[in-house]
Amino acid sequence: MFTPLVRTATAVLTAAIISAPAMAADLVINYDDLNAAPKEAFETAVAKFQEANPDINVIVNNTDREAHKTAIRNFLSADAPDVTSWYPGNRMAPFVDAGQFEDISDLWESEGWSDALASTKPSMTRDGKQWGVPYTYYQWGIYYRSDIFADNNITPPTTWDELLSASAALKEAGVTPFTIGTKFLWTAAGVFDYLNLRTNGYDVHNDLTAGKIKYTDPRIVDVFEKWKELVEPGYFVENHATMSWQEALAPFIQGEAAMYVMGNFSVAAMREGGLTDDQIDYIPFPTINPDVARAEEAPTDAFFIPANAKNKEDAKKFLKFVVDADVQTEWNATLGQLPINKNATPGDDKFIQKGFETVSTAAGLAQFYDRDAPAEMAKAGMEGFQEFMVKPERMDDILKRLDKVQERVYK
Amino acid sequence: MFPKPIEKRGKGALLRYHLILPVALVIWLLPLIAIFLTSIRPGADINAGNVFGWPSDFLFIENYTAVFTQSKAWLYLLNSFKITIPTVILSVSLACLAGYALSVYRFKAALPLFFLFVAGNFVPFQILMVPVRDFSVQTGLYDTITGLVLFHAAFQTGFCTLFMRNFIKALPHELIESARIEGVGEFKIFFYLVLPLVRPAIAALSVLIFTFVWNDFFWATVLIQGDHGLPITAGVRSLNGQFVSQWHLVSAASLLAAVPPVLMFFTMQKHFIAGLTLGASKG
Amino acid sequence: MNTATRSDIPKNRSWYQRNRFAITPWIFLAPAILFFTLYVIAPIFQSIWISFFEWNGLGAKTWVGMGNYVELMDDDRFYTSLKNNLWWLVLYMLAVPIGLAIALFLNQTVTGIRLYKSLFFFPFVISQVVVGLIFTWFYNPNFGIVAIIWEFFGATPPAILADEDLVTFGIIFAGLWPQIAYCMILYLTGLNNVSPDQIEAARLDNAKGFGMLWHVILPQLKPATFIAVVVTVIGALRSFDMIAIMTGGGPWGSSNVLAYFMFETSLSEYGFRMGYGSAIATVLFLIMLVYISFFLYRMYQDEKGN
Repeated sequence: MFTPLVRTATAVLTAAIISAPAMAADLVINYDDLNAAPKEAFETAVAKFQEANPDINVIVNNTDREAHKTAIRNFLSADAPDVTSWYPGNRMAPFVDAGQFEDISDLWESEGWSDALASTKPSMTRDGKQWGVPYTYYQWGIYYRSDIFADNNITPPTTWDELLSASAALKEAGVTPFTIGTKFLWTAAGVFDYLNLRTNGYDVHNDLTAGKIKYTDPRIVDVFEKWKELVEPGYFVENHATMSWQEALAPFIQGEAAMYVMGNFSVAAMREGGLTDDQIDYIPFPTINPDVARAEEAPTDAFFIPANAKNKEDAKKFLKFVVDADVQTEWNATLGQLPINKNATPGDDKFIQKGFETVSTAAGLAQFYDRDAPAEMAKAGMEGFQEFMVKPERMDDILKRLDKVQERVYK
Repeated sequence: MFPKPIEKRGKGALLRYHLILPVALVIWLLPLIAIFLTSIRPGADINAGNVFGWPSDFLFIENYTAVFTQSKAWLYLLNSFKITIPTVILSVSLACLAGYALSVYRFKAALPLFFLFVAGNFVPFQILMVPVRDFSVQTGLYDTITGLVLFHAAFQTGFCTLFMRNFIKALPHELIESARIEGVGEFKIFFYLVLPLVRPAIAALSVLIFTFVWNDFFWATVLIQGDHGLPITAGVRSLNGQFVSQWHLVSAASLLAAVPPVLMFFTMQKHFIAGLTLGASKG
Repeated sequence: MNTATRSDIPKNRSWYQRNRFAITPWIFLAPAILFFTLYVIAPIFQSIWISFFEWNGLGAKTWVGMGNYVELMDDDRFYTSLKNNLWWLVLYMLAVPIGLAIALFLNQTVTGIRLYKSLFFFPFVISQVVVGLIFTWFYNPNFGIVAIIWEFFGATPPAILADEDLVTFGIIFAGLWPQIAYCMILYLTGLNNVSPDQIEAARLDNAKGFGMLWHVILPQLKPATFIAVVVTVIGALRSFDMIAIMTGGGPWGSSNVLAYFMFETSLSEYGFRMGYGSAIATVLFLIMLVYISFFLYRMYQDEKGN
């Protein structure tokens, strides 16, 4: 029995030895999106970069986004690529503090990025230095089935009361107002952030995620009370805790649910699912307190050079390439998102146009609850949101529990 | 024999038994049957609610081809072999040596050492996780198949040594004694006398360790990050993230992951069970 | 045995020849000991040591003494995980009697029974990842088998994996499937070795059915039962794969167990507290140590007996 086994083993070992180590001109890029549109946009850009730099051998590792979030922690210290995608704000903080990202302030200076990328400079800055380059951001808001709205004579809501009455009308018509999939938690944070931004505004969002406001603060309790007005009448799809955001698209595509609080990346998946632009539309999240200036969620995605990168020279070339106005224009046109470089042109897609309108007129841009709050707080907070959406009667317990976590995390 | 042989209870009972057997089997394997049916039906069937019914179309080849063409399933499968086979060779070799030492020689440390191997075999993985990961990162073994193999081999050595030691202990000791009296060296005794005798144990351990390591998910998650080294178990998980709501493809990929250990089991069943049930019949 | 051969050794042999019985075992043992110490024994102590520090795995470690343990005592997630671990331990034990029942059912000599036995054993060979995926899909309230069965009876299907009261039981149920197969095979082998004479003698004494099983068969199956209990306990405490695949500890942490909680705390997206994680691992290790000691004690008794 052993001979074939040994033979296979020898073959396998030999194969492992022969596969040669990386050569000098290799440029390893880790990216984190396997969804069709972002994958295509990234691959197209890489191909273009490769074409412009035939002497560099670009090697791409593209992984699932959720997997990448844990993987980065490991590959940064162990087997660093030359470039990796990651997020600014609090999400980059632990790596910056641990010295695992390369300081690229000199590039920001010499390339004039402080001007071209001004809108995101604050979130790319820590300790007065810049650590990466943003290549895209996107609006959040309510995506809705305009055909279902029209069939039921519902106009897109702009205020909280209109949102409630629209929801009631949809429910009446046998359509669940909102779809959502909270299995991976962060979708619930999107809803929370908007309710908070519209009820209390941008500063309260920042103070909460910075640990300066308690969760039992009356202002935050208010947010949850508003949320209850959607949860208690059953305005969200059932069983949302079993679904990922993609799985939650199914009821939306099948017309069983009519609205989705989501980021613009979902549009590509909606189209892929068979919906046409006549069936879907976008509105900014409705006003709750008219005295609060309108702030928006606009998470930014960026590229960083790990401190342990082997080929920093070419990595910087890639970063410069990524910032280029034309590259950002094309990349985001495919991606269906907004370019950061102010000299780039947003695509003529209707969602991009509307998003650009929404984001560029906002009074403040939030990254996202789980990017603005420290990781541990974010996890506990989002679990609390998920629990609240299923068991709203536990609100007080949940908020007290979050206070306890907050006290520990920010000490 | 217990219970009483069914054929002694008359023709009726025997017939009934023969009828119940397949029914029980189908119920028992229902999950597998369902997943197999799913893996060969069009994705539209599932959305239409046709999960257990007759597939509207048989897409055996199409679905399985789709798994290979749309994902890195090949790479994951190959990685699984690259991880599993060296681990089996390494851990069984180490255990042959250690088991021989612990069973044939009498020295004070023998029993405590043996117990150490046994105990180590039972510890929760989590108590090893942080230091093993840290060690791998520092030695550059992190995120390499070699690193994963070394860990697996070390860990499985505990179980293998337990097995080998008991197996060799049960061999007739006089053989070794007489060889010694004839002046045969210790290493020669091991290679030419003992090793041929423990072949069944080596076979049993090999299939068993193959299955254990093939099915590992935890350590692959902890020690491997990139596609270049992920085994099929972890690969199936990431396929699950990629083929969202495409249950027919997820099912096909899952079944693919199960094929090698299942084949191993069916071809080497006797050894497999002998390995697994060690101690269940004596002790 | 050393003494038996020592007289044959001439005095002028080399140092190695004179000491070969003392040295050779260590040569044989060295590689295994080296590997095992490096990857298994030493890490246990390192983990316990790390549990006294606050450490994010990147920077420097900060000594916190018993701080992590104090925090653990006040952590709701810890108690949820502990409670679920107890459920796992208790309910996973069902695998032992059910495995026995199936073994008794299959312990016949009719034609084709060998194939049946192997097919019944099938689930054990499959990765828990795959089992977890299969059952996730089974439990799906929209198009899973559970949904179809419930809807057949006109009921609203429960979202098993999203219901804090059902989720742990749903996962344990899935986990029982391969574990029962494991226990079954242990018992089938055990039943093979039950002495036929004793059964015949008992039959002459008119013992049959359950009485026979209880008084005659089970005592003889004691070794099989012992192994079955041990592997089931270990399986229950190691439950990680299924939880990672099926729920990730959710909804809101309600299906967490220590093994997964530890991983989530020290190496997942939302936590890199290696010190705190090591404290959880240490607690899990201490629980397991109870069983390990029990097992070693039994083995020691056997060794003395031989």
